[in-house]
Parts: sequence; structure tokens; C-alpha cells
Amino acid sequence: MAYGPHTTEDRARMLAAIGVDSVDDLFADIPSSLRSTGLNLPPPESEAELSARLRTLADRNRVDLVSFLGAGAYRHFTPAVVDQLLLRGEFYTAYTPYQPEISQGTLQTIYEYQSLMAELTGLDVVSASHYDGASATAEGALMSCRATRRERVLVGRGVHPHYRETLCTYFGGASLVADEIPLVADGPAAGTTDLAALERMLAQADRPVGGVVVANPSFLGLLEPMAEIGRLAHAAGALFVSVVEPVSLAVLATPGEYDADIAAGDGQPLGIPLSYGGPYLGILACRDPLVRQIPGRLVGLTADVDGKRAFVMTLRAREQDIRREKASSNICTNQALCALAAAIYLAAIGPHGLRDVAALGAARASDLERALSAAGAPRLHPGPYLNEFAVRIPGATRVHARLLDRGILAGLPLARPIPDDPSLADALLVCATEVTTAEDIAAFAAALGEELAGAAR
Amino acid sequence: MTAAGDRLAPTLFERSRPGRGGGKVPHPPGDALARIPAGLLRGEGPRLPELSEPELTRHYVNLSQLNYAVDTGFYPLGSCTMKYNPKIDEWAARLPGFASLHPLAPDDLAQGTLQLLWELEEALAEIGGMKAVTLQPAAGAQGELTGILMVRAYHRGRGDFERTEVLVPDSAHGTNPATASMAGFKTVSIPSALDGGVDVEAFRAALGPRTAAVMITNPSTVGLFESRLCDLLDAVHEAGALAYMDGANLNAVMGRFKPGEAGFDVMHINVHKTFGTPHGGGGPGAGPVGVGEKLVPYLPSPRVLRESDGRFRLEAVGERPTSIGRVKAFAGNTGVLVRAYAYIRAHGGSGLCTVSDDAVLAANYLKTRLANVLDVPFSRHCMHEFVASSATLKAQTGIRTLDVAKRLIDYGFHPPTVYFPLTVEEALLIEPTETESVETLDAFVEALRCIVDEAHTDPELLHSAPHSSPVRRLDETTAARQPNLRWKAMTGSQSPCPD
Repeated sequence: MAYGPHTTEDRARMLAAIGVDSVDDLFADIPSSLRSTGLNLPPPESEAELSARLRTLADRNRVDLVSFLGAGAYRHFTPAVVDQLLLRGEFYTAYTPYQPEISQGTLQTIYEYQSLMAELTGLDVVSASHYDGASATAEGALMSCRATRRERVLVGRGVHPHYRETLCTYFGGASLVADEIPLVADGPAAGTTDLAALERMLAQADRPVGGVVVANPSFLGLLEPMAEIGRLAHAAGALFVSVVEPVSLAVLATPGEYDADIAAGDGQPLGIPLSYGGPYLGILACRDPLVRQIPGRLVGLTADVDGKRAFVMTLRAREQDIRREKASSNICTNQALCALAAAIYLAAIGPHGLRDVAALGAARASDLERALSAAGAPRLHPGPYLNEFAVRIPGATRVHARLLDRGILAGLPLARPIPDDPSLADALLVCATEVTTAEDIAAFAAALGEELAGAAR
Repeated sequence: MTAAGDRLAPTLFERSRPGRGGGKVPHPPGDALARIPAGLLRGEGPRLPELSEPELTRHYVNLSQLNYAVDTGFYPLGSCTMKYNPKIDEWAARLPGFASLHPLAPDDLAQGTLQLLWELEEALAEIGGMKAVTLQPAAGAQGELTGILMVRAYHRGRGDFERTEVLVPDSAHGTNPATASMAGFKTVSIPSALDGGVDVEAFRAALGPRTAAVMITNPSTVGLFESRLCDLLDAVHEAGALAYMDGANLNAVMGRFKPGEAGFDVMHINVHKTFGTPHGGGGPGAGPVGVGEKLVPYLPSPRVLRESDGRFRLEAVGERPTSIGRVKAFAGNTGVLVRAYAYIRAHGGSGLCTVSDDAVLAANYLKTRLANVLDVPFSRHCMHEFVASSATLKAQTGIRTLDVAKRLIDYGFHPPTVYFPLTVEEALLIEPTETESVETLDAFVEALRCIVDEAHTDPELLHSAPHSSPVRRLDETTAARQPNLRWKAMTGSQSPCPD
């Protein structure tokens, strides 16, 4: 057996000690009508065979294209020290720190993660992690309803469509209502949250709103009027839930600065590989008064009986294993190792490095905007952005497919995730980060120019 | 070198000195952010710690050494299946073809991962006896939510809006009732029978037109196979309800019992338990959900599909309107699922059967040997784990399960799960797994034997245990009454203590 230690003699000794003849006897409690006989699966493979199979499968993926794809998951440079430290077996083969005396490593790293994220978001309390940005956003919205005892949230159309869909899945279960705030159709604010519509929706006295959920930058890459949205939400007695991207918080106004009550987002850009969608890192943060509403584990600082500083899971009365059906969420395991990755990344890259990552992405994106515009694909919206934006291209989906053949992953055709918005039918969402090079941008622009010229001929 | 005075290890913030670190990424041009209105920018930069790489490395290596882990010793934490995590699985997940693949990459670029996910779904369906599997849920608890939301959609799809209750035995994991609440149901807790199994008559009495589902952990949380399962499943289906199986304990029964074939309509699988993916200090895991025919239409979107030409693709937005929708932004915890796939291929069908046989064998061996050391409330053969109890020891000496657990740390072992299930007084739930040698199991028995002796001869030694760990028992009350959940002074050189 691949990883088991038992020899034939070991098994015989254990059976004799138990006093049975065969391991089959140990399964006598399974009613005969329910017994199955084996598994119809392929035979075992040696490690050599298995590694060849895995390499073949991995090589069947194409990760060699010049990529401008972001849309909620971002390519970044990760310092080598991050993965080297994640490979410490003492970290990755431990479990939830139920026994704090022999789990101080995990506990201190989570406390440090909470502290780092509090600093990035400008909020007070950060959970020890959730599954991903989408589920953290859903939990943040549920929190806003619990805290206000209201049953409706308003979700901006600028929130990632997959996050909105996840939120609806969670809300469907809880029989709560999530209404969408439209985006401004045209003019200088095109593509950002429609403040007039938000104000109208908040004013419906018979349908009080518990939370307003808006992303900054939005899914379309645009910077939203967060301070104004927060003011409107608070004036109506609602909480303001901000959906954030953590690298951007090195340079953009923080949820704390624009007075959000809750922030949610995905920590994947902080040193976590793309891995086709996970495991990622759900960030969930809030202000102190909401601490007893936040779901998920929290680590606090305390002392042991000798007065030595130590860390421990705390405020556990919120959690499912204590409160069962009255818990604030059913969340049990989290993404602790991803939180560790993010903490190591932040400590390795440092405050100036993180600002450089964000600003370099913005600089590359400016270059990309100029190059694509010159090639015939201008921006779709006029407002400010950080490092991701939509461009208008006739036949965007077809052009995107043709560029793949030229080795270029030209972002995301917006009609794919958002088929119900005609204004996005001819648009690509493109992204640049610090790993985007001038050569990448030139290759994209040249190939696009040729495609558009070919289409015009 | 980590222990210094009143603290084990300085925090990142105490280690920080302005001007250290750097050199990881190039500098941007000075005007990179000039096009963004100042009002949208952050007032002052984040006060993150500044460390050189050598200091950073020592910080984390030293912290890691304060942890107990499967790689350092025996970790018999019941219901968590702390088995060995194969190293090739770590290697596989890091292959650039897997690790660098973007979740929104067009299907043509993702054929290797899509094939792996499709094959993994097939394998898990075979192991669970299920019709189909979704790999999207990120953890067992999210799998439970996914499963119960599908149950809700199923009943509503039949026009039945009256089913508002989920029945859960009192021995269930806390996630079961919490999940039912999250999915909008009322939890009805059903007391267990005296032998630790489900009380079928109590279930019958509670079942009715308001019952949406029954959630059963099998093998149960006391480590026993539910021998009255046939009667229970019949009663559930007669009432028009669906049967959910909490698959946390699947490691006991691979190849010997297939929940779907037995009549369960839906189950989740914890790949970080049964399929050897690392527990990561609390995650990430993955919680695939298997369903029978009735629930296939409601599976989360997008599913992985195989076309007639052998190519794989993800469902498009809106392709299957009956779906409960997404539970997560992207396909699933794919990096974890690569590890589970590698684990399953390494073992093959026969190897997985051996895994379960050896897990059950080890648990029964340990249970037999411990029977004259502690109380063992259920005498039947156990599955992959069993419950012991310190009830008699407590009556004789005042030593509680907590003290026994803490003293085990001094003997070099991770304690079992304690005070769960709630139905057994002074419970220790012990799960050795199949990857521990018989010498390790024997050493664990000897340690417990010594601890029981100490309880009679030197109880104070146990009350004050552990003595050998990096820290001793913690003040959890103050931690909860005056929560300190973050470091508030970011420049350690100026402020050695938080707050």
C-alpha cells in the first residue's frame, strides 16, 4: 500500500489482539444488503508512473500565452521565500489549533495575518480567513442583515458577476433578498454605480436595506465613488460592505478611510497561485462593534499561566461547534495556509514593495491603454481605473478567439460572464500587473491591429 | 532561541526596522498614479513590517517549530482523519501547468485540468455510489450547504414548499445544524439510542410532511456503523424526505459501503480527510458533493462536461437553469483537488480498500488495547475511530479528559478530539488512521497507561499539564472578555507591546 506501514505480520498481530480472524469480521455491522465489494477504479500506480501521468496532464494545459486576463484572479510575482516557507510540514500538516499549547506557530501567524489585513483595509477585526472572495462577500452581506435585523441588501452591478451569483445562492437559502443596483449607462461616470438609483432603492420605506455591497475597483476595473455610497447607505440605516482587491489597497483609499463597515475580498493576489480557481483566500474584515457578528475563526492575544504571551482562538461562542443551529455561519475549516501565504508575501514584499506592485501595474496598464487605443480598441468607459479596464472591439469574442491562435490571451470577452448586458457585447476586459512587460503589450497591440485590419478588409 | 523572557517569538511587527527588506520588484515610474484623482488614493501607505529575508525566514521557521503536525508525530484527532500527506501531491499541485492556469482561461487552454477534474468526479462517484459529483465546494461545511440547498431546490421544484425542517441526531457535527439554519431550515435534534446509534423510532416520530431532509453521519460520530440504516432510510423516503450523508467518516468504508447505492440521496466528501490532502493549519480543504439521480439537475454551476469528441468544457452561464447557482467564484479548490486525484491514482481501487481496512484495523487494535486503561463505552467493533471516556477516572481521581489530553502533550502526542461527541461524558474521540505503525499505537497506549497511573499518584501533575510545550495552559477567559485581535503598533522598535 502506498503510504501505510503495516506488514503482513503487523496485521496478523493486530487481528490476534482484537481476537478476530479476518478484517472482514470488523465490518460485520454493515447490513449484508448494503455491502459492496470493492471499487471499480484503475489499479495502483507507482510514484514514477504517477508523476509521469500528472506531468502529462499539467502539460495539456496552456500557460505559455501572453496573458492580459484578470477579472478576479491576478498574475503576480511571488518571492521564492513564500513557497519555501509554506513547504514547512509543521505548517501544512497541522490542523486547526484546537490545542493552543502546541499550535503557537499557526496561531501567531494567523494573528499576524489579521493584523496585516487590518492595516491594509483600515478596519479593526479580520477573520482568520474564508473560502474565497465570493463566499466572503456573501458572508459580509449576511452579516449586514444580521446586524441590522433587516432582510434585504443592495448589490452593485459592478461587483464580480460570480460573486453576485454566489451571494444569491447564499441568500436564497436564508430567504433574504438581494437587489441589484444598476450602473450608469453613459457620460463621465459610465460603468460606475448609479447613485441616483441607489438613493431611490434605499428610500423604499417598506423594504428597508441592511447592507449596500459595492466593489472597488469594480469588476470593470473602475474606481467607484465609495465615500458617497457609504454616506447614502448610512443615511438609510444600512451597513456599507466594500468588496476590495488587496494589492490595490496599498495605493487606493481604504474601507476604513471611506467609512465602510465591512470589507470582503480575495487575497489570491498576495502570493497565491492561480490554480484554476483555488484554493484562494477569503478576506472578511469589519469594525469593532460588529465583532460578534463576524463568522469564522478569530485568534486573539493572551497569556499562559506563567504570564508568557501566547495566542488562542477566541470568541468561539459564535461558531458552529459551540452554538450549532444558532451559529453565525456553518464555516468550520478555513483557508489558513492561504492566509499564511498572504502574510509571508506581505512581510517579504514590504510596504514599499506592495506600493510598487500596485503602482507598476497602474503604469503598465496606462501603457496598455495607449497601445490598444492606437491599435483601434479604445476604452469603453471614461472614468478612472487602476490596472484593469474594458476596451471596445467589434466582434470581441471572435477577435479574442483569433488572438489565442497568435499566442495572446486577450483578457476576457465580457459577454461571457455577463451575457445579459448589451453594452458589454463588444468588449474585452484587460488587465496589466507588474509582470506584464513592454514586449507583451507590443505583441498584443500588433496582433490586435492586424486582426482589426484584417476584419476591415 | 525563540523563547525570550515573557514571549516565545517576537511578532513580525516587533522585528520590523524601517529601511530593511526590499529588492523584490522593480520600482514604477514616479508618475504612475498621477492619472488617478487624489481623493481616491490612500492617505498614507500601509504600515507593513520591514524585514530582511534572513530575518523573515527565521521568523517563520521558528514559528513552525512551535507547531505539532502530522509530519512531527501521532495526531489521533477523532473525526479529522489526520493521515500522512504524500509529498508527491505537493509536487503535483505546484507543476506550472496546474498552478499557473487562470480560472477563466478558455476551455481549450485548460484541457489537462478539466480532464483531471472530470476523472476525479468519476472516481468519487464510484467511491460514493453516486450518480454525479460537484467539486466546487471549498470545504466540507460548504459541501453541506450545497447539498442542503439542492434538497431545498428539489422540494420546491416539485411544488412542495411545506418542508421546513431538517432532522439531525444529537451526536452530529455542529456544522450539520448550522448548515440547516443557513439554508433556511429549522433543525430538529433527535436523541441517539443507548447503543450510540440512531434511534429509528424517534426519527419515525419526527418525520412527516414538514421534513425536508435527514442528515446522518455514517459511520457515526462515535465511530460505529449505523446498523439500523436500512430502516432509517426507508422511513426517510416513505416520508418524502431526502437522506443526506455527512461523509466526514468515509475513510472507514471505501469499497465496503457505497452511500448512494444504500439509498442516500446526497453526501459530501472531505478530501482533506479521506484523500490525504493536507489540513494546512485549518484549511484549505475541499468538499465535493455527490448526488443521486433526483438532485443532478440542481448541482452547482458550472459543471465539467465531456463532449462526444473527448474534449472537456465548463458549462456556460445560464446553460442549466435548474442549478442552485455558484457557491464559490471559480471551479473549486483545484489545487487541493489535484492532490486528491494524485492520492486516488496512487492507491487505485484496491489500495483505497486497503486504506479503509487498515484504518479500521488500527482503530480496533487501539480500542482493544485501551479497554483496560480508560472507559470504552461502546463495545462493538468500531470503524475507523472510537470513543473513550475518562468518566470513571474522573469519579476516582477528579482528573478530567482535559487533563488527560494536556498530559498527552508531555508524552509527545497530539491529544485526541475531546468533549465530542456531546452525547458521551468526558469523551475522547480517537482516530489513529491507517498510516501509523503498530509501534506508534503501542507507544500511545503506554502513554495513556502512565497518565492514568499518574492520575492516582500525582494528580497535580495532570492538572497543571502540559509542562513540556512551548507555552502552558492559556488564559482563554481574558482573551474573550478583552479581545486583542490585531497588533496596533506597527513599529516594533518603538512599542514592544501591543495596545
